[in-house]
Amino acid sequence: MSIKEKFVVSKRYNTISIALMLLGIVAIAGLYFTTHGGKGTPEEKAVADARFWASLLQNSVYFLLVVNASMFFICATTLAWGGWQMAFRRVPEAISAVVPVIGVIALAILLAIAFGSNHTIFHWTDAKHVEHDKILNFKKGFLNKNFFAVMTVLTVVGWSLLGWKMRKLSRSLDDKPLATIAERKKYIWNNTVWAALYIVVFALTVMSSIPWLWLMSIDAHWYSTMYSWYTFASTFVAGMSLIALFVVYLKNKGYLEYTNQEHVHDIGKFMFAFSVFWTYLWFSQFMLIWYANIPEETTYFKSRAYGPYSGVFWFMFIINFIAPLLILMRRGSKRNYTILTFMAVLIIFGHWMDIYQMVFPGPMTDPKSEETHVPMMLWDMAIALGFVGLIMYVTGKALSKAPLLAKNHPFVKESVIHHT
Amino acid sequence: MSVKKFVTGCFYDEAVLFPAVKKTRRAGYKIHDVFTPFPIHGLDKAMGLRDTSLHTAGFIYGITGTATAVGFITWALTIDWKLNFGGKPFFALPAWIPITFELTVLFAAVGMVLTFCYLCQLAPFVKKDHFNPRSTDDTFVMALECTDKTNEAEAMSFLQSIGATNVQVQYKETGWWLGRYDKDTKRFEKKAEVEAAH
Repeated sequence: MSIKEKFVVSKRYNTISIALMLLGIVAIAGLYFTTHGGKGTPEEKAVADARFWASLLQNSVYFLLVVNASMFFICATTLAWGGWQMAFRRVPEAISAVVPVIGVIALAILLAIAFGSNHTIFHWTDAKHVEHDKILNFKKGFLNKNFFAVMTVLTVVGWSLLGWKMRKLSRSLDDKPLATIAERKKYIWNNTVWAALYIVVFALTVMSSIPWLWLMSIDAHWYSTMYSWYTFASTFVAGMSLIALFVVYLKNKGYLEYTNQEHVHDIGKFMFAFSVFWTYLWFSQFMLIWYANIPEETTYFKSRAYGPYSGVFWFMFIINFIAPLLILMRRGSKRNYTILTFMAVLIIFGHWMDIYQMVFPGPMTDPKSEETHVPMMLWDMAIALGFVGLIMYVTGKALSKAPLLAKNHPFVKESVIHHT
Repeated sequence: MSVKKFVTGCFYDEAVLFPAVKKTRRAGYKIHDVFTPFPIHGLDKAMGLRDTSLHTAGFIYGITGTATAVGFITWALTIDWKLNFGGKPFFALPAWIPITFELTVLFAAVGMVLTFCYLCQLAPFVKKDHFNPRSTDDTFVMALECTDKTNEAEAMSFLQSIGATNVQVQYKETGWWLGRYDKDTKRFEKKAEVEAAH
């Protein structure tokens, strides 16, 4: 059987990705001009400015976490010595190559917001305000500009470097097969150690501290210890959906000959299982706060579940839980490329909405009347499409650089004969 | 259930078993079942078995549990005996979700176990007859079901030719234990053999 070794980026693919990126840039410029230059009090101007930066923050952080979930998937399966994913492992590898690119963008946006003069998004950056604010003064050790900057830089550099190392390890086998059993054992052990290192960094960032800093500190008075886990679940299920999209796309183009329905079925299982896991965390966070009914905690859900954002809130709950639960439950639908593609797009969009309702209610609150409103979402969607184009472009490039099958990896046979 | 006649053969290697199953189906023999000590991936497909409906049954049990929980709690706390818990609404759905979840899981789990036992004809005090006791240890046993038209000698030599060892003719009563012997429809005529077998 002859196989198409390398992905060739088609002209149409490139045109679409570049067009999407241009759309994103136009949307960013358009949003900037509509939010700036208007008349109004300084407070109103600050909210308008924050609306612009909140959109950039939401999109860059969401898509950074989604592409980074690919490397988490690789490292988790490597650590478990799993073999089934080898047939399509180059796909998440290529997606994770986007991490440094969006990482730099997100880093610039986050630092610009934290060190900027507008404190609407991150209240805790306002030194004068913090002095009089008992709660923020108490949190000063964690919520301060220097710690924020150091953690953000370390995080982006850590993910990028360790991801680069994992990709390099994988590609090092393409030209030189491992001859002896001892060499193969050493290779697997080497992979395991680096994957474990990545998982440690991942656990200390996405799973514990980074969503607290990047997203939860928008509502600086409020806190939830589950918040990071929740963000992880949200972006991981979207990350698996992204992998599914690329795998189905490559299959339809005649690539990935050794990937079959069995592998796609297992990706579908991840999408199904982690949709339920996300709901478990969503409910645990909501129910405890709802039950205890303490004002300082319920303020978070007041504008979201019961306020102006309730439409977004319950809509995203339906497409992130009810739809995957009912549609992906059947074995046949996880093996059907059309249904899986539809669900993957739906899940990625649903969790984009999730991050949307996490970010926007804070900065969109009027400081005087304390009224919250939902901004025009089409701008944010256009900016999101720009990031989609960027992911398509960089992933396509990374896919075309290396063979699509890591044929010399010791676990490849296990993947080729994989059977669920 | 009726007593039926079977031709059985033993296999020791999956690499022999899979082509043998294929050849048997192609030759037109009816495979009653292949007994293996552990699940073998792909054997169900090779034998042409359809997917089990146990999942569908599980889903139905599950939503029965959901409906039972939500229905009962709603009736109890909003109609029959209203209680004020810390100023919460009487219809306090979030507080009921854990119980609803537990009942869903309980109904699905218990229902599926009982359905599984029924489908496999397992119950307390019911003894199952093995074609070959080693099918619980290290041997794959294939059983061909015979009808009136089956030529035993031919079937036996066929099984031997595809790699089976220890080929035998056996009489077994298959199926559920609620059968009535007097109303049995005999699948073949050699009654003396059946009576001798019991």
